[in-house]
Amino acid sequence: MNFPILSVITFLPFAAAVIMLMMPADRKTEVRGVALATAALDLLLAGWVYLQYLLGHQTGYQFIETYNWLPALGISLKFGVDGMSAPLVLLTGIVMFTGVLISWGDFDEEKHLSAGIQDRPREFFAFLFLLAGGVFGVFVSLDLFMLFFFYEIAVFPMYLLISIWGWVKTREYAAMKLTLYLFIGSVVALVGALVMYWTQYQNTGILSFDMIQMESAGFSASFQYIWFLPVFLGFAVLGGIWPFHNWSPDGHVAAPTAVSMFHAGVLMKLGAFAALRVGIMLLPEGAKQWAWLIMIFAGVAVVYGAFIAFVQTDLKYMIGFSSVSHMGLVVLGVSTLNHDGLVGAGVQMFSHGVMTALFFAITGMIYDRSHTRQIPELGGMMKALPFAGVGFIIGGLVSMGMPGFSGFVAEFPIFMGVWGRQWLVAVIASISIIITAAYIMIAIRRVFFGPMPEKLEGHISPITALDKIAIFTLCSCMVLIGIFPAVMVPMVETGVENILRLLGGA
Amino acid sequence: MFTPIMFASILPEILILTLAVILLCVEPFWKEDQRRNAGWLTSGGLFLIIIVSLLFGQPGEPTSVFGNMIRFDWLGFFFKILFMFAAAVTALFLMDHEKAGQRGEAYLLLLASLLGMNLMAVSADLIMLYLAIETASIPLYILAGFLLADDRSTEAGFKYLLFGTVTSTVMLYGFSLIFGFTGTTNIYLLSNLFASGQISVALAFSIFALVLVGIGFKIAIVPFQFWAPDVYQGSPTPVAGFLSTASKAAGFAVIVRFFFVAFPDYAPSWTVILAALSAITMTVGNLLAMSQTNIKRLLAYSSIAHAGYALIGVVAFSQLGAASVVFYLAAYIATNLLAFGVVMAFSRVTGLEDITDYAGMSRRSPWLGLMMLAAFLSLAGMPPFGGFVAKVFVFAAGVQAGYTWLIIVGILNSILGVYYYLNTMKYVYLYRMPNEDEENHPILLTRPYAIALVVLVLGVILVGTVFAPWFSWSNAAALNLF
Repeated sequence: MNFPILSVITFLPFAAAVIMLMMPADRKTEVRGVALATAALDLLLAGWVYLQYLLGHQTGYQFIETYNWLPALGISLKFGVDGMSAPLVLLTGIVMFTGVLISWGDFDEEKHLSAGIQDRPREFFAFLFLLAGGVFGVFVSLDLFMLFFFYEIAVFPMYLLISIWGWVKTREYAAMKLTLYLFIGSVVALVGALVMYWTQYQNTGILSFDMIQMESAGFSASFQYIWFLPVFLGFAVLGGIWPFHNWSPDGHVAAPTAVSMFHAGVLMKLGAFAALRVGIMLLPEGAKQWAWLIMIFAGVAVVYGAFIAFVQTDLKYMIGFSSVSHMGLVVLGVSTLNHDGLVGAGVQMFSHGVMTALFFAITGMIYDRSHTRQIPELGGMMKALPFAGVGFIIGGLVSMGMPGFSGFVAEFPIFMGVWGRQWLVAVIASISIIITAAYIMIAIRRVFFGPMPEKLEGHISPITALDKIAIFTLCSCMVLIGIFPAVMVPMVETGVENILRLLGGA
Repeated sequence: MFTPIMFASILPEILILTLAVILLCVEPFWKEDQRRNAGWLTSGGLFLIIIVSLLFGQPGEPTSVFGNMIRFDWLGFFFKILFMFAAAVTALFLMDHEKAGQRGEAYLLLLASLLGMNLMAVSADLIMLYLAIETASIPLYILAGFLLADDRSTEAGFKYLLFGTVTSTVMLYGFSLIFGFTGTTNIYLLSNLFASGQISVALAFSIFALVLVGIGFKIAIVPFQFWAPDVYQGSPTPVAGFLSTASKAAGFAVIVRFFFVAFPDYAPSWTVILAALSAITMTVGNLLAMSQTNIKRLLAYSSIAHAGYALIGVVAFSQLGAASVVFYLAAYIATNLLAFGVVMAFSRVTGLEDITDYAGMSRRSPWLGLMMLAAFLSLAGMPPFGGFVAKVFVFAAGVQAGYTWLIIVGILNSILGVYYYLNTMKYVYLYRMPNEDEENHPILLTRPYAIALVVLVLGVILVGTVFAPWFSWSNAAALNLF
């Protein structure tokens, strides 16, 4: 593979961001055009990588590119994907593409309609693409230093995106809270990474941040016992792990639609993925010793998130807490450290990413038209926005874990895996399925069916064709995986085998 | 007896002196309204000197020249390049300063101070070192108080002079003790004398403490930081930018050479002292910065905090530590000059310096907003800007040396930093100008500002992304210390 496809995927958004910033501020349509073209190209490339990996029945790390960046300290720009990260690269491509589509928006002064991003779209898309580039970078980096580099790049644009374009009431508070939480988490993990780097040097005499190299660094059991928690939890903060999840729903609510999609759809996976790759894969002994604690945290998140989501009246808060619950399932799957749980976690990351992106996209469309997100104040949307309604219902079915949709493919193995470890946790966590079904169905009934409140009558203008493309893209992914699990599961399994090998076949 | 290597070792200084003489001769013949062209001359000349020095003045094996007065090595050379870069950019910033830019003596003083800093970086002898420090400081006292009609500036100049002379006298006393007890002023001979046990431990530490007072003042670490906020606020902003970058880096050049070379045997003890000072400096700087309302004072406290971060590399007392300090300073000089540059460009048009005055700035001038974002994110230690890599390197050096507690303090501090840097950016990006339409109040950049700011932004991004060449130079600078 001579064409550096992963570098292109990663650096294309950065290049596009620079180009967009160079364009005149009043050329809003052109800026959006560049953004959409870049996102589409990135999606195609990510899809190509995915298909190559899938259809070629590849295993291990593929598409590897290595450039020596700072040989004196063993820092290299090393990219590659495996069965765990390839779906996430594709997910990022999908969310980026649909995020741009729904941010295009629709502006009509007479109807008081201002959907999407109308204020300074140039800066918005530039910052969003910096974020996207950082996310791609984390998923494909095989070098710990570069992973941190991209990880931090993915964090700071969030502050700007939320505080500038977010919901006026809470944006300053939420943006700062989110940034501080994530920054604290990442620097704690960074200390762990530096300690690992020097310990590897002491053990083996190799000065390198290469993560494949570090897998055989021979960290002692006591070392892993001490440093596993800071590294794992430091990253897992971004994955919304309980009790460090508090920033996440606030952030979701305050963020503009496309950023919520990115935040819940991709960024939270970034945390779970980095916790898996750095925490579990590099410190497997520590993982074994602390798995019980992670399992408790995740179990609490699953149930607690579902209950809190149940009592929310704000649609975005509801989805925000349901994300905490679903991401809890991912971490729960990871904490089993067995085949089923890990495969489920891998698929759940993708499935939840697409599903939440869809939820937030539709919520954004409704809010832009009705100017409220309060579930009791809404109603009858099915007639006004039938396409969005169907999309929301499909998302709801995925969320409930219905067979035939990707949610089932993901959640079933997770519960199998948990059952294999500790049946009690599986029983408790399964309560969340019932609660989830309850709040999703209540929300669907109140928002989409029943009579439309009078003051909304006539104000709900139809969604644009671009919005429909976005909804269709997201829905089709979920249905496809639900019906043909073979398009993803075998691939994730190859990634899981590698993790299990590191865990010593536990 | 004047060998080519002696010539090469002071090539930049010879050229700076030549430039100063040319400036002195040419400037009186210019008309009043042309005098700002002295900035073009100074800056262009300095960039030329940098190129010439890189081509012909590169050091080979470290050697002592001029009767062991000057050490010709990469440590000094890299610092010299940094100082000259900072001075060149500062000259550009000075040009459009309303009151200082039209007067040729500002540029002349800048060059004189630069000459002193260059010699600080290469001094191998205490007498040379002291002369260099004074040569660097005295023009800066004058520059800080350059705006005679402005009380604040006069206060700044006077305060800087008082603190500066007192601390440098204390340091001189330390030097005289060294000479009195050892009979030598050569830094490179001191380590043997200390190791041979001729000097008692108590005496060695008194000397260390006395010298630390003088240098601590230069780099503005706690408890010698009191002057910094007032002086930065009062002095002309380009001068404040120069003080907080080049002058601070010059102090670090002396720390690295003098402490590493003269006191290696006592390193386990003095690194503990410096570790404590580093922790206190970061914390005090960041905590006080959080409550500032004036942007120059905020940058002053933030630059105190950054001295604390850079000290971590000194505390590590290893080759990587020294390299990371040098790298940190390179990134910091570009970043902080950029931050001050944006502040200057803003206050030149608006005349305002409070953080709240920055409301709506990104709408008034999107490019200036982006540059400020780059500067502040780099100060906060975010990639892809220089501040991130620099911070990771000093932290890595600290972890390697086993100072994990100090790194944790550093990390907590960078979180405080993120808080107030982002809070400032909130004004720039989020808030609107009260009762005004931003489009009607653009912030136009003059050509010198535009050039300087673009160079700095590119520098900050290059240091943060393509960091291999910078690091290998920093590493070369640190190589000969051990």
